[in-house]
Amino acid sequence: MPDPRLELRGVTKSFDDVQVLRGIDMAIGQGEMVCLIGASGSGKSTLLRCMNGLEPVDDGQVLLDGVDIAEPGFDLAPIRQRIGIVFQSFNLFPHMTAFDNVCLAPRRVLGETDGALHPRVEALFERFGLASHMRKYPDQLSGGQQQRVAVIRALAMAPQTMLFDEITSALDPELVGEVLDVLRALRDEGMTMVLATHEMGFARELADRVCFMDQGVIAEEGPPEAIFSNPKADRTRQFLASILR
Amino acid sequence: MSTRRAAYEARQRRRANMIAGVSTFGVLALLLVLVPLAPGWQAVKASFFDGDVFLRTFPGLLQAFVLDVAIFAWSVPLIFALGLAIALARGARNPALFPLRIFGAVYVDLFRGIPVVLLVYLVGFGIPGLGLPRPWNSPYIWGTVALVLTYSAYVAEVLRSGIESIHASQRNAAICLGLSERDTMRHVILPQAIRRVVPANMNMLVALQKDVALLSFIGPVEILRQAGIYKSLLANFTPYVAAAIIFLCVTVPATRYADYLLNKDRNARS
Repeated sequence: MPDPRLELRGVTKSFDDVQVLRGIDMAIGQGEMVCLIGASGSGKSTLLRCMNGLEPVDDGQVLLDGVDIAEPGFDLAPIRQRIGIVFQSFNLFPHMTAFDNVCLAPRRVLGETDGALHPRVEALFERFGLASHMRKYPDQLSGGQQQRVAVIRALAMAPQTMLFDEITSALDPELVGEVLDVLRALRDEGMTMVLATHEMGFARELADRVCFMDQGVIAEEGPPEAIFSNPKADRTRQFLASILR
Repeated sequence: MSTRRAAYEARQRRRANMIAGVSTFGVLALLLVLVPLAPGWQAVKASFFDGDVFLRTFPGLLQAFVLDVAIFAWSVPLIFALGLAIALARGARNPALFPLRIFGAVYVDLFRGIPVVLLVYLVGFGIPGLGLPRPWNSPYIWGTVALVLTYSAYVAEVLRSGIESIHASQRNAAICLGLSERDTMRHVILPQAIRRVVPANMNMLVALQKDVALLSFIGPVEILRQAGIYKSLLANFTPYVAAAIIFLCVTVPATRYADYLLNKDRNARS
């Protein structure tokens, strides 16, 4: 692999007495799409939150383009513009319209003026089929629409890497598709992406690599075909058997 | 045209309304009969419910009430500005701002812990006693300052509870977009927190409007003081009843409005 965009070396993380990550090593290349799968509590979400510094790691390195952002005391604010994250529960700001949700960070952090920002944001809404909804407040939108706004909000900062934390898990089944379509579109344009997901079909179809996490370690990783059709580790087999039943 | 269920419920409602009407009427009638039977009723009626005195003093009292409203009006912005500053000071995380945090905690403890009337006396008499030049020795100013000190401490606590009620995921989302702590507070947390505590603050305003009358103890001729003057002049307590009615005309609608907001908020979130 050429110089990875994001690389983790020996990352560990505990909450009180519970060791959630027990030494994670992984590298994510430019334009690669990696899916993290595994049972609830296996450490997928925590791993994603360590990748953008939302959770400080206890030990190990998180290298973004070769710079260790896990260094204690490292100023993460400039880094966060380069890594976008979307959460399971959308976390839109309820007191602002969808449009203002998206505009806030570019205006305050990047210092963009409305003249340049508004057409750019309107184009993003247009592209993801939400142009007619951008003046609405989050509680006037369906879950799927809210989640697409959350993706747009992250994309408006022009990140080079995107993290997705089970972004379809809180949606009604009929709304999952529209959100996955957004991910497909991002995949097509070569965005570097890491997803924690329970959408096995989706992971199998689009991921470059699938990492199966269990009890804070990556128990098995490889191309989706290998993981889903021919898992090597017992734990992987058990997990897949339990969910594909 | 109505279903069996609707007909049944209408019948039940009619029955409930009738019982409520009869029992209310009974209690009222009893009061009207029993109270005048009390041995001192004639004296009380003459000194508290004198129609002539009421009509003669009402315009003057209403005029004096304008001063209450004025004191209320110019203390409200000060209370909210100071309350917000104290709430933010108490939440400061930067170690360099630790003294601010301590100051905020002491401020709230101090001014919430002293009875309002005592603070009105201490500030209203104490500070003009320093021999300040006019107009800075006016009890009107320092009495208002006492109200601002007390109520800003309460408002600070209300706002702080509002800030703490905003879920951490909102802050996380803002931080992950690269927003600074300051921008996160200003654009994401505070607007939601302030909206959430509007009903609680409405109740605070109702209490403040009543407590303005405490300034009568240190000088300004507001409604309570004016009522006292009329009482001495006419040897009759009716002006106090008139003053109470004037207060109720303002505070009852305001309380109802606060309740309405509170209910609306509860329904919106459930």
